[in-house]
Amino acid sequence: MKILSGFMDNYEGEALVNGLDIRKHSLQIRKLIGYLPEHNPLYLDMYVKEYLIFISSIYKLDDIKNRVIKIIELTGLVKEQHKLIRALSKGYRQRVGLAQALIHDPEILILDEPTTGLDPNQLIEIRHLIKKLGSEKTVIFSSHIMQEVQALCDRVIILHQGLVVADDKIAYLDQALNNQREILIELDRPLSETWKLAGLVQVLPGSSAPSYKLIFTKTDRDPRPEIFDFVVQNGRKIIEMTERKSSMEDVFQKITMGEHVGNI
Amino acid sequence: MWAIFKKEVNGFFSTLTGYVVVGVFLTLLGLIMWVFPDYSILDYNFASLDQLFTVAPIIFLFLIPAICMRSFSEEKQTGTIETLFTKPLTEWQIILGKYCGALFLLFIAIIPTLIYYYTIWQLGAPQGNIDRGEVLGSYVGLFFLAGIFIAISLYASVLSNNQIVAFLVGALLSFMVYWGFQFMSTIPFFYGGIDDVIQKIGIDYHYRSISNGAIDSRDVLYFLSSIFVFLFLTHQYLRGNRNQ
Repeated sequence: MKILSGFMDNYEGEALVNGLDIRKHSLQIRKLIGYLPEHNPLYLDMYVKEYLIFISSIYKLDDIKNRVIKIIELTGLVKEQHKLIRALSKGYRQRVGLAQALIHDPEILILDEPTTGLDPNQLIEIRHLIKKLGSEKTVIFSSHIMQEVQALCDRVIILHQGLVVADDKIAYLDQALNNQREILIELDRPLSETWKLAGLVQVLPGSSAPSYKLIFTKTDRDPRPEIFDFVVQNGRKIIEMTERKSSMEDVFQKITMGEHVGNI
Repeated sequence: MWAIFKKEVNGFFSTLTGYVVVGVFLTLLGLIMWVFPDYSILDYNFASLDQLFTVAPIIFLFLIPAICMRSFSEEKQTGTIETLFTKPLTEWQIILGKYCGALFLLFIAIIPTLIYYYTIWQLGAPQGNIDRGEVLGSYVGLFFLAGIFIAISLYASVLSNNQIVAFLVGALLSFMVYWGFQFMSTIPFFYGGIDDVIQKIGIDYHYRSISNGAIDSRDVLYFLSSIFVFLFLTHQYLRGNRNQ
C-alpha cells in the first residue's frame, strides 16, 4: 500500500496503477489515488475546514469552497468543521482522514486499516461510508478484522508472510474452502445409538445437555431435516440445532495455517 | 509549493510562533540598539546602523533554528510527512514551500527595523546624513544571511525527529558557517597558506563585504550557492526518508 500510494519508491519488481508504472508516473498516479494511511496523520493544530482547504490547494482543485462543503457533508463533519483537529475524537479524526483522501474525487481509494480503534457506532458509520464509496470507486482496503472484510469486500487477497496465499472473490473463497457443513445440535438426553447419518460426529464437552457437532462432507443438500427425523425416531428431543456458518476467520486460518487448524 | 507556503505562514501566525519570533527579535534589537548603554546608538555618537547589522546575525543565530526546528522534525514525528509524500508534490516543492514560508516570516520581522533607519536619518547632523548605499547593502546582506541560516536549519530539521536536536544542530551549523571559518582562519597553522580561502568559505567575510554597500556579484553568488547546497542536502536526505 505504501508503494501504491507513492510513499515508498525503493522496491523490487514492478507496480502498476491503471496500467501506469509508479516509478515513472508517480505524480500522475498520486492524483488518481486517495490514500488514508494507517495511523491517519493529521495536522492537529489546524481546523478541520482549514485542513481540507489546504489539501485541496495541494491538488490545485478548482471551486475549493464548494468541494470542501460537499465533502464535509458526505463524511458527516458538519458540526465539527470549525473545530481544531486536536479536539476531535478518534472517529471524527478518521472521518477527516477519509475526507482528505476523497477531496479530489479519486478513482482509486487506498485505505490502510481505516477502522482500527473505533467504537462500535463509529465502526458501523465508517463501514457504511466505505460501502457507499465502493459502489462508485475502486476501494483497496486492508484489515485484520475478518467480519469487516466479509461485510465490505468483493474480492479478497490474503497475504501471509509477504506472499499472496489467496486471491479470489469472497464467495468463491468461501466455497472453495467449505466443502463441508458443520451442524451443532443439543438434545435433551444423550443418544446412545450410533449416528448413521454423518460422516463425522464429535461429542462436545461442557453443558448439562448433551451436544453434538456433526460434520457433513456432502454440501449439495441440507442435512438438517434428516437429522431431525433421525433424532425423533430415536425418541429424543432437539433443543437446539444450528448450522455453523464458516466465516472469513476460518478461511483465513485454514489458508495461513494449513493443516494445523484441525488440531487446535 | 504555494499551498505549502501558505500553510507554513498560516501556521506561524495562527499560533503564537510568528508573533513571538517577531516580538523577540524586535525587543532584543531595540534594547541593544537604544537602551543598553554599551551599544546604544545614542551614546555612540555616529549616525549609522552598524549596531543593527552586527547584532541581528547573533539574534538570528538562535532565532532561525528555533523557527525551523519543527518544520520537518514535527512532520516526521507525527507522520504527516506521509500525507505530503503521497500527494502530488515533489520533494522540492515541499522544501521550497517551507523555505519561502520561513523567509517570509523573517522578512516580516526585519521590515519594522526600517523605522530605525528613519530615526537615524532624522538624528543625523545635518539631517539625512547617513550612508544609504551601505544601509541598502547591509539589508541585502542580512536577508541573504537569514536565507543561509534558514537553509541550514531546514537541513538540521530534516536530520532528526527530535526538535531539540534539530535546534541545536541548526544553531551549531549556523555558527560554524558564519563565524567558525572566520575563527579557523586565524589558527597560526594556516598563516600564509590557505587562511584566506578558509575565511572566504565562511559567511562573515561575504556579509561584511556586502555590508560596505558594494553588492558584488561574487558575494551574491556565494550566498545563493550556499543556500542551494544546504537545500540540496535537505532534498537528498528527505528523499531517503521515503523508504524508512
